[in-house]
Amino acid sequence: MNIFDRMMSLDRRWVFLFIALVCVITYVWPFSIPIRITEEVKAIYSFIEKLNEGDIIFLGIDYDPNALAELHPMSYAIAEQAFRKKLRVIFVTLSQNGPGMADQAIRDISDSVKLDKTYNGVFYPGREIKNGIDYVFLGYKPYPALVILGMGQNFRIPFPSDYYGTPLDSIPMMKGVMNYDQVKCVIDFAAGNVADMWISYGQGRYNFPLALGMTGVMGADYYPYLNSGQIFGIMGGLLGAAQYEKLADNPGPAIDGMRIQVYAHIVIILFIIIGNIGFLVSRRKQG
Amino acid sequence: MKRQLPLFLVLIFGLFGIVQYFIPHEKSEWMYEFLLDWIYIIGIFALALGIWSLMRVSWDKIKHKRQNWQYSIVTLTGLFAMIFFGFNYFRDFFNSAGLQNYMFRAFFDHIMIPIQATMFSLLAFFIASAAYRAFRARSLLATLLLISALIIMLRFNPYLGFIGDYMERTALWLLNVPNLAAKRAIIIGVGLGMVATSLKVILGIERAYLGKD
Amino acid sequence: MKRQFLLLLLLCFAVAAPLATAQTAEDSPLSGEAAVAVSPAPGPVSNIQLKDTDNDHGHSVTLSWEISPDDGAGLNNVIGYEIHRALSPEGPFVKRAGVPAGSHSHVDVGSKEESSPDYMKDYIDYYYKIRTITADSAVNAESTVAGPIQSYGQWFNTGRVPVLIFVACFLALTLYFINRAKGGADLYVRPLAGIGAVDEAIGRATEMGKPILYVLGLGTAADIATIASYTILGRVAKKVAEYQTGLIVPCYDPIVMTVAQETVKASYADAGRPDSYKEDMVYFVTQSQFAYVAAVNGTMLRDLPATNIYMGKFYAESLILAETGALAGSIQIAGTDEIAQIPFFVVACDYTLIGEELYAASAYLGREPLLLGSLKAQDYAKAGVILIALVGFILLNFGVDGFKEFFFVSN
Repeated sequence: MNIFDRMMSLDRRWVFLFIALVCVITYVWPFSIPIRITEEVKAIYSFIEKLNEGDIIFLGIDYDPNALAELHPMSYAIAEQAFRKKLRVIFVTLSQNGPGMADQAIRDISDSVKLDKTYNGVFYPGREIKNGIDYVFLGYKPYPALVILGMGQNFRIPFPSDYYGTPLDSIPMMKGVMNYDQVKCVIDFAAGNVADMWISYGQGRYNFPLALGMTGVMGADYYPYLNSGQIFGIMGGLLGAAQYEKLADNPGPAIDGMRIQVYAHIVIILFIIIGNIGFLVSRRKQG
Repeated sequence: MKRQLPLFLVLIFGLFGIVQYFIPHEKSEWMYEFLLDWIYIIGIFALALGIWSLMRVSWDKIKHKRQNWQYSIVTLTGLFAMIFFGFNYFRDFFNSAGLQNYMFRAFFDHIMIPIQATMFSLLAFFIASAAYRAFRARSLLATLLLISALIIMLRFNPYLGFIGDYMERTALWLLNVPNLAAKRAIIIGVGLGMVATSLKVILGIERAYLGKD
Repeated sequence: MKRQFLLLLLLCFAVAAPLATAQTAEDSPLSGEAAVAVSPAPGPVSNIQLKDTDNDHGHSVTLSWEISPDDGAGLNNVIGYEIHRALSPEGPFVKRAGVPAGSHSHVDVGSKEESSPDYMKDYIDYYYKIRTITADSAVNAESTVAGPIQSYGQWFNTGRVPVLIFVACFLALTLYFINRAKGGADLYVRPLAGIGAVDEAIGRATEMGKPILYVLGLGTAADIATIASYTILGRVAKKVAEYQTGLIVPCYDPIVMTVAQETVKASYADAGRPDSYKEDMVYFVTQSQFAYVAAVNGTMLRDLPATNIYMGKFYAESLILAETGALAGSIQIAGTDEIAQIPFFVVACDYTLIGEELYAASAYLGREPLLLGSLKAQDYAKAGVILIALVGFILLNFGVDGFKEFFFVSN
């Protein structure tokens, strides 16, 4: 077996090794890379930015810990932007391990909002965000399609009480908030087919502004919905999250992780080129 | 009779599903929602059956010391530990969420999250290996696929300067035109297949799910 | 003293006057000019038409009107319209919504929940009036009261007629081809490599003395892909029972598990080997996506099944499963209608059923006239869709929009 044959049929463990190496090296060696902003991410940022104090947004934390690396940065950046602008947030999760994700996100964002910060030149004094006043966490219910349909009638149908057991009717923030009519938009962070359900059973039936944040693998599939106007914005994978962090002037794990992703892509491209050189030369020799 | 009754039920509820789609009236909605509620009920009972099945299979392995029976101990320990710590014994026992229990949260934050994130990360390695093997210029079509893949991947690269902008535009065209056209073709086929399968199930033509050819 | 008092009074007035003016200017959103002269009121909207909203469950009224003569013309001072509703022509009227200038219509949707403050009862009289508003809240114009109108639900959604026609045509086509197939007509269906491989793979497993792993995916029992997968599982299980090969079916959804257990059990009975069926062949693992993947991967690497069959709904786990199966050296056959996952299966599996091929698999496996007939109907329906798309493409390019309207389906 000559070198070109070897290039063509490398053991997959070599690929694994190089990917691991580049991930570890770029992780421990911090340097920044430029990030280009795309319209579909900017649309979400601008939508939230234009809302007024006291407006309610609805965030669907529909992912399990496996998608945390890509989706947590999005939910953190958007929720923090909302709380800084004194918007009110309804959190819900339709993913089995989502309560842990939402709970962790709420805790971390509460801590962050307590600090004075300046974003895009605007100073925001730190403040305490309170459960039931600034946000409500409805919790988790199985069978997402049914829950989405149920919430269209009344949030109280699938969630008579919030995650912590408080009846929705005794939560100050939920006074007069019956269904999607009272929320300005729904942003769903999804790692599975819940996004489809939000489009068909939620937006399709109740016609609210919907934006999606999703894993990189899923991203490309949802562009048709953007073109058809069913969703007004989309954030795909770590890149989408990094763009949002940049727009919000709130650098976090997504911007930090972009250098790892970019260099891992370069390694994959190099392997593809190596494989093709091997393949083409071997074929020429044979032919 | 054992097979006639399920087929009859499928026919009745399947036809109701079709008819309900065309009736917007409140009474039809109420009936639809009433039937949907049954899915919750069936789901909860089925979950109990599922957990029972997992426990039985795991216990059987441990009892007969089948190959790799030790893993079953880990499974059962994990299952019972999370159920045990899912309650809040010191505050409101029946009306409290699992995450208010310190141990439950600790298990979730420090075991569940890292393990699941690790499993998902494996995808990066498998995608790299699959891309290496799949994208070969074997034929004209395969070469087109290879070039498209390179453009899509390179569009994320911030070092390409103005070439990156062209890549971005080309990538969006690839995604929105040829990719979408092919997807729509598959979607139309899938849609028709779904209608056909639904009709076959409702009319009792397709009954292999009942174990009968 | 009196003079001093007057001076003090004048001084106070001199200081307070500009402050008072500033205060007034701040309070009023109007410009200085407006404060001097009150702007004239705009003309009210006219010809208010009320009707019950079509094709809905009730609790809703649709309003349309002719806009104010000063909306975009005349005084050009209209900024929007407020919709007010009452239970009698005398009122009290309650504001229901605001719409921007230029709007000609509005759908007033109430809640169907009696407990809701927004509850809108059906079959009672409602009266509406529309207030034309300007930037000055004091300057507006009210329309005459329109009504009464009652809201009620419909028993047929006329907006969905195209779907009804399509379903009826497709049903007729299916029944026609089933009849033809029953009559002995030879219906050609193109061969599918993935289906042919199923029998071969079961044979290989028997020869190797290793089990077959069947994965139903992450779908629920209601997903068509899962229903199609049950069908294939039923036939695979029957063959497995005949050949006395092992079968492993780890499940993600408990309802799917229950149905799969019944399917496999019945297939073993059909094959005449009910005693060979064991309860632990089909078992529940977890409803956590990657915990499920870890469990299935573990089974692949420990039990080294000869064949892995993945049929149903798959998401991000597809490549992890298929690559692990390839590493374990198993023959792999996959089928899914999840478009994003098809490329992953194509790369890592030996055979892949793409989209609708998954649904067609049972017809191929059984080759029953009833099932083949429905497959043929699908092909003709597809040809019909292509024809309609072509006609629409040509007509739209020639500016004929009416054709497109026929296919519009309301929610």
